[in-house]
Amino acid sequence: MPHHVERDGEGLPIPNRIEAKPVKRTGQIVAAVIVALLAAMLIHGLVTNPRFEWNVVWKYLFNERVLEGVGYTLILTFLSMIIAIILAVILAIMRKSANPVLRGVSWFYIWFFRGTPVYTQLVFWGLFSVLIPRLSLGIPFTSVEFWSVDSQTVVTAFNAAVIGLALNEAAYLAEIVRAGLEAVDPGQEEAAKALGMKRSMIMRRVILPQAMRIIIPPTGNETIGMLKTTSLVLAVPFTLELQYATNAIANRIYKPIPLLIVASFWYLLITSIFMVIQSMLEKHFGKGFEARPVGTKGKQTPLPGKTEGEPQDDVNKTNEAAFLGYNA
Amino acid sequence: MTSQTTHAATAGAQAPKPVVEAKDVHKAFGDLHVLKGINLEVEPGTVTVILGPSGSGKSTFLRLINQLETLTGGEIDVNGEMIGYKRLPDGTLQRLNEKEIAQQRSKLGMVFQKFNLFPHMTVLENVMEAPVHVKHMPKAEARELAIAELKRVGLGDRMDYYPGQLSGGQQQRVAIARALAMKPEIMLFDEPTSALDPELVGEVLNVMRSLADEGMTMIVVTHEIGFAREVADQIVFMDGGVVVEQGGPEIIDHPREVRFRDFLQHVL
Repeated sequence: MPHHVERDGEGLPIPNRIEAKPVKRTGQIVAAVIVALLAAMLIHGLVTNPRFEWNVVWKYLFNERVLEGVGYTLILTFLSMIIAIILAVILAIMRKSANPVLRGVSWFYIWFFRGTPVYTQLVFWGLFSVLIPRLSLGIPFTSVEFWSVDSQTVVTAFNAAVIGLALNEAAYLAEIVRAGLEAVDPGQEEAAKALGMKRSMIMRRVILPQAMRIIIPPTGNETIGMLKTTSLVLAVPFTLELQYATNAIANRIYKPIPLLIVASFWYLLITSIFMVIQSMLEKHFGKGFEARPVGTKGKQTPLPGKTEGEPQDDVNKTNEAAFLGYNA
Repeated sequence: MTSQTTHAATAGAQAPKPVVEAKDVHKAFGDLHVLKGINLEVEPGTVTVILGPSGSGKSTFLRLINQLETLTGGEIDVNGEMIGYKRLPDGTLQRLNEKEIAQQRSKLGMVFQKFNLFPHMTVLENVMEAPVHVKHMPKAEARELAIAELKRVGLGDRMDYYPGQLSGGQQQRVAIARALAMKPEIMLFDEPTSALDPELVGEVLNVMRSLADEGMTMIVVTHEIGFAREVADQIVFMDGGVVVEQGGPEIIDHPREVRFRDFLQHVL
């Protein structure tokens, strides 16, 4: 457009700005039509099919027991994930420790808790107070006891469910955390050492914050997995979470399908919220790793020198961490 | 031991005591014998440039001074204090614990080939990190110190950027400011310009030159012969794990050893 000279962000003219039509994308339109048609058929089928009994779904969607189930499912997920994450970080740091005893303990833990089914572990925690009736603090191998308590009061059904889920999850997360720690450039540790920082501080201030960026996507995956693993706590037995609650109603009124739809709705809703939280966390821990800031017109720094000196991510380690999450 | 004390007693009065003294330093990685007896003295306020082909052990020697590697044999003293070990009353050596090693390291500033800035912190946070968390300096004070150090390397206007948004030369200058913020007595530079595009080397060398002018004790491993000739008080040429030739900056133009002459012909 010769009569109108465009200008860039700094006010410099771009005289021959190209304004061309985009490439025609017929394939996209065809695909969109096909997908829209299929989706319409699916929705039509779901709505008009009387066997889905949408009136029953609607009736029980906000049922008191269902909502209570949602609450317990969320509490179980959060508590066990928080405990699992703390344990996993400790296990991962132990695994990388210079102390062979700590390395061995960590290895054994992961071997054991990853090697047995979570269902079995939950049954075991449910039976804990039968196997070990009293917990006591004293001098080992003597009858001296300072303090003791009935197992039943400590390992309640709820606590057994949380412990079982958390200890199992920690084993998987520990491997994810370890891969994340190993993906951080070893130069970071050297630089921190050279500044006089001690190991624990280097881990806390330098390595972990950078590893978080790599750990979070597979951990989000694990959290969503955990949301649904909570339905296994009936093995303990703990019977107040969403899956069991909806199933109990279904058995009472002989309508399994509508109640499964109710449960699916809530699981999908929570998963969607988790995904939003995950992307927010990814943004937070991605600070400094994104592209240059936009809108800093006139102040843009020159392009970084294209040298091997740039901080580079260890792609293999990042992939390893991600795959551990998917396989878990 | 006895020779050292007599040396100190007789020579201490005239010559200044060296800040770094390496005595018959050996380093082996398993079967690989990298350093085969290095002796070196660095006087306070001087610039020592270590030259040599890759694999000659010059970076390893620098890393030994800062205890990023552990000595296999010999001794390195910084300010007359043995690093990494202490001598027990019966004459045997004991390794220092982590706290003591961190204490010794905090007197030495180190700049790496790959900058190694903390990518998750802004430039200002990078420089403030060690004063706040190692020296427990109040944040406001550390902030002022960091701003001053960043201005010193000419980056007062880049404080709130992340390292990934800076050029290599700017990143390396931040790394220098970060080391200076700990008020080190000696600065160690491990090939500080080797990872930079050619047009960015000058800005880093200028900062190093002004540091030398201010009287900072520096040990520099580099391939920048021009910088060595201009700034160095002492040149050390290493090859194959030994010091082949050592002297003032004039030895660059008048090398005595064949190996040094060959090396200079290849890099100049």
